[in-house]
Amino acid sequence: MNNLNERGHARRKWINRIMLVLSGTAAAIAILILALILGYAMIKGISYLNLTLLTQASKPVGETGGGMRNEIFGTLILVALGSIIALPIGLLAGVYLAEYANPKLAATIRFTADILAGVPSIVVGVFVYAIMVIPMHSYSAVSGGVALAIIMVPVVARTAEESLRLVPDSMREAALALGITRWRAVVGVVIPGAMTGIITGIMLAVARIAGETAPLLFTALGSSFGLQGLLKPIGSLSLLIYHYALSPYKSQQQQAWAGAFLLIVLVLGINIIVRWVSNRKQF
Amino acid sequence: MAIKRNEQKTLTPGSMKCPRFIRRSGYTDNIFSNLTLFFAIVMVVILVALVIILTRDAMPAINKFGFSFITNTMWNPVTDVFGALPAIYGTLITSLIGLLIAVPISFGAAIFLVELAPNWLKGPASFIIEMLAAIPSVIIGLWGLYVLVPVVRHPIEKWLGSHLGGLPFFQGPPFGVGFLAAGLVLAIMTIPIITAVSRDSMKAVPNEQREAMYALGATRWEVINKAVLPYCRTGMVGGVILGLGRALGETMAVTMVIGNSNKLTASLFSPGTTIASTIASQFGEASTGVQTGSLIELALILFGVTLIVNVIARTLVWRMTSLKAAKK
Repeated sequence: MNNLNERGHARRKWINRIMLVLSGTAAAIAILILALILGYAMIKGISYLNLTLLTQASKPVGETGGGMRNEIFGTLILVALGSIIALPIGLLAGVYLAEYANPKLAATIRFTADILAGVPSIVVGVFVYAIMVIPMHSYSAVSGGVALAIIMVPVVARTAEESLRLVPDSMREAALALGITRWRAVVGVVIPGAMTGIITGIMLAVARIAGETAPLLFTALGSSFGLQGLLKPIGSLSLLIYHYALSPYKSQQQQAWAGAFLLIVLVLGINIIVRWVSNRKQF
Repeated sequence: MAIKRNEQKTLTPGSMKCPRFIRRSGYTDNIFSNLTLFFAIVMVVILVALVIILTRDAMPAINKFGFSFITNTMWNPVTDVFGALPAIYGTLITSLIGLLIAVPISFGAAIFLVELAPNWLKGPASFIIEMLAAIPSVIIGLWGLYVLVPVVRHPIEKWLGSHLGGLPFFQGPPFGVGFLAAGLVLAIMTIPIITAVSRDSMKAVPNEQREAMYALGATRWEVINKAVLPYCRTGMVGGVILGLGRALGETMAVTMVIGNSNKLTASLFSPGTTIASTIASQFGEASTGVQTGSLIELALILFGVTLIVNVIARTLVWRMTSLKAAKK
């Protein structure tokens, strides 16, 4: 009997060891995958990167030189358009949810925001194609901006709401006790109090839409000419990576990697800076 | 909190007993609160409009094919006959492969992050896995196409073909691009989500639960397996379903590695297509109203499926986190 217990004990210890090692391995695999993707894309991207790529417009295959200046510019314009449309909607919707909502309506709207955030981005692209591209008879920068905005709105609304909720009620009461109106209290006291959280949310949403491709395929379409007016198609880094990745020409494939490098620096750079700043504030 | 705010409302201007100058400032208050309400409702309008517009524009296909749209395997622009079965099959099979690979890795990683990692490692390791979620999908697609696909073609599919070739899944020539590569890419993309949600659910398990189990003489794994995991199962399942929602709708990375061929075959080595990648690769060149309608109907199906999946996931995750709030 004693012997059996000993054996059972040894077995339990072995199972313990094996499972813990497996769990550690799983974490290592997850981290390794990131290192593989990032490492490969960064090394390959930086080796093809040069000043010409950053400062010149693209040229047809076969001609030397040519770059992605217009696409870099296009990404910035599309992100700016998306943000200009999404920020007022998202922020004020967040204010409503945190400050004014009646519980039943708030639950509905919160639920809607979560559903909207879960809509596949390609579906958003098709939707914007139907409501903007078809009536306007043209692919356009502004429809790309609208598609990105639809992706951004629920994210901004929910993060704004959560940051506003963290502002203690005593601050609201103190402001109201001074005799100012409620909206002045919200705009002047509550929102500034939640600013770090709100900006964190906005920047993370910006990083996300900067890398989006699927919603731009049938809205902004892509173009190598840069901005020719908001009602004309426009290119972006993400679209360039997609088109050039599938291209048979070596020079374009290399540009896809260089573009990937730039996009990674942009997207992960924003993420890392935002987290670093918001973590420092917490402690 | 909500009740307290409603009480405030009765104190603020708007009620007729207030002095007149305050009552006037109540108008600006009303304007502002109605403005915020307006923008909140904009979100609802977007969602409702999305459903209505997609349904309206899918009508040519819905009218022409009816229910046969989802059982037909043809996708033929020449004869203008379209069926969604291969795309639906591809979406399901690639998501299934993705989850089969991602779930054990994510659960293992979450266990490591919550229960095993030394404190100095917890933060950085979580951060790195979260960064994986921030990489744009087009870049994962690029990496998948040039790095993963050759690896899938030569060692992986060759090995599977020669060792497990008896199974119908592992037959046929190794293409590289195909269901298997798409599944691997989806695994990479769902790992960070499932890990993050599982980690948060495990963190919500009260420490007494662990301590009680240790006091009974349990090993570390027994504590995790019998005291922690049963407690946070709901949240972890929610995380998996959330990952499924992401996998079903993922477009760019899958489009770049799946080969975009409208085939219905058991072989995982074969090129195929998914709902999202069919839309991405064909929408731009759709020539007839019926083809566009069919693609929009695909978008509608994708929307419906992810909607259901996300609602289930939110409910489960919400139940888990509200459990934590109740304990506090």
